[in-house]
Amino acid sequence: MLDIKNLSVSYGAIDAVKGISLHVDDGEIVSLIGANGAGKTTTLHTITGLVPARSGSIVFNGQDLLKTKANKIVTLGMAHVPEGRHVFTRMSVQENLEMGAYSLKDTSHVAEDLDKVYTYFPRLKERRRQLAGTLSGGEQQMVAMGRAIMSRPNTILMDEPSMGLSPKLVKEIFRIIEKLHEEGITVLLVEQNAKMALSIADRAYVLETGRITMEGKASDLLHDEKVRKAYLGA
Amino acid sequence: MSGFVMFISQIFNGLKIGSVYALVALGYTMVYGIIRLLNFAHGDFIMIGAYTLMLSIPALAAMGMPAWTAVIPATLVCALVGVLVERLAYKPVREKGNSMTALITAIAMSLLLENGSQAIFGADYKTVPTIVSIPTLTIGQLKIDGATIVSIVLGVVMMVAMQLYVKRTKQGKAMRAVSEDKEASLLMGINVNGTITLTFAIGSGLAAIAALMYCVSYPQVSPTMGMMLGLKAFVAAVLGGIGSIPGAMVGGLAIGLIESLTKAYIGTITGGVITSAFSDAIVFAILIIVLLVRPSGLMGEPETEKV
Ligand SMILES: Nc1ncnc2c1ncn2[C@@H]1O[C@H](COP(=O)(O)OP(=O)(O)OP(=O)(O)O)[C@@H](O)[C@H]1O
Ligand SMILES: [Mg+2]
Repeated sequence: MLDIKNLSVSYGAIDAVKGISLHVDDGEIVSLIGANGAGKTTTLHTITGLVPARSGSIVFNGQDLLKTKANKIVTLGMAHVPEGRHVFTRMSVQENLEMGAYSLKDTSHVAEDLDKVYTYFPRLKERRRQLAGTLSGGEQQMVAMGRAIMSRPNTILMDEPSMGLSPKLVKEIFRIIEKLHEEGITVLLVEQNAKMALSIADRAYVLETGRITMEGKASDLLHDEKVRKAYLGA
Repeated sequence: MSGFVMFISQIFNGLKIGSVYALVALGYTMVYGIIRLLNFAHGDFIMIGAYTLMLSIPALAAMGMPAWTAVIPATLVCALVGVLVERLAYKPVREKGNSMTALITAIAMSLLLENGSQAIFGADYKTVPTIVSIPTLTIGQLKIDGATIVSIVLGVVMMVAMQLYVKRTKQGKAMRAVSEDKEASLLMGINVNGTITLTFAIGSGLAAIAALMYCVSYPQVSPTMGMMLGLKAFVAAVLGGIGSIPGAMVGGLAIGLIESLTKAYIGTITGGVITSAFSDAIVFAILIIVLLVRPSGLMGEPETEKV
């Protein structure tokens, strides 16, 4: 369970997140939607320690994440698939996936987990020796997700996994997110593709210029007039 | 000595000094790769390594140890100085300033190390005791002295070892990850600051081994001995493609060969118009030409654009 209370984050004089509270219960898919610059990425970056908070609290399974070093957070079972993928371009696909298992003390499952990732993304298996920098955007997204899976997380944060992908690939990526969910992995999903995000989520939050303006069951938000106007282009 | 034998022995000379450049360039390139800093103090680590050799050889001899074991304290001292320079000077500047501040800090550290050792040891050359005495290898007319053999063998072993370390080991992979993307590295659970410190320790330690290789042939130390060596190694790293480990090796050996062959033949080839005194200028001219043709160096990859 991830519990965020009154979180504020600023970059110098810019207040990016202004006192938000949200929670993700075990086994849920929760979506965080909002326009460009709303503060979605900042929120995820603060959860995994890449950006410091100004005030508020972030507690994950009883651990105070604001007091946890960024590189220790993955060891608590939280993986983060960052916006823009951030694959290691000069490493092969397989090396990238192995980096995902870097934090594991017990490495006896790495081979088996690799097989699992390759069954999720058969295309990566064909390209396992290729440098990740030479992959297409969609394939890099698969590497970034596979890398997160390799850390054996119980919770995954995903930042705009559909960005820049063809509709077909978006479907494929979302199918994998649902699969992970069925395996019991908790998901916090940041998306601009609000329609897809709301259709697979249990609950959702709407973030506008650093504040949460709406929250509720994803199916309710999907039919909400204001949400439809602002985010679903209807 | 026939012309051909002379040529071969010049090749060996080039490989000997080239191995020194390659090891120093390796440290340069690793540090640049991981924090994008041209560590101008890197050449001075050779000098620190050489002084440590000078002081520890008699001390170890008194304990009945062979002189070459002095490479162990030299490596440790260099690694320690490298880590201190990084932690006390570069890290605070990296977190606060910009890349220009960092560059100026590196130049300041270089001067500090040179002036510091001058204050301690004086400005004049000091002699390093004999490190190894390996007999000269004679193949027909060709004579290769022990120092050359030691340098080339040690250089090759270190280069292969570093390549394996970076490609195969967990720490080596973490180093490559951090040099590419610090945020993603943190998300993988890599201790980024620890990895940077380790890179400095290894890079500076390599300078100590380079110092040993250098002092086997030229057993002299002075506070500024690292300046020209560091500069040549920098050229080697850029020639090979700064940030590329194989590039540093190829660049180092190439600079060594170019230098040795120009020294030997440039006078004859140009009919005395250009003398061997120009060999350093020629090294730089070749660098400029290569960079005009291949801006990212011989083995460097062009910076991949970040989205
Ligand atoms: N490193 C930074 N330095 C200064 N300001 C920043 C930085 N990162 C983000 N911001 C600002 O913080 C605000 C929130 O940005 P953030 O990236 O969190 O938005 P987002 O919701 O993820 O947007 P997008 O959908 O475009 O990814 C924006 O106004 C942005 O300009
Ligand atoms: Mg974003």
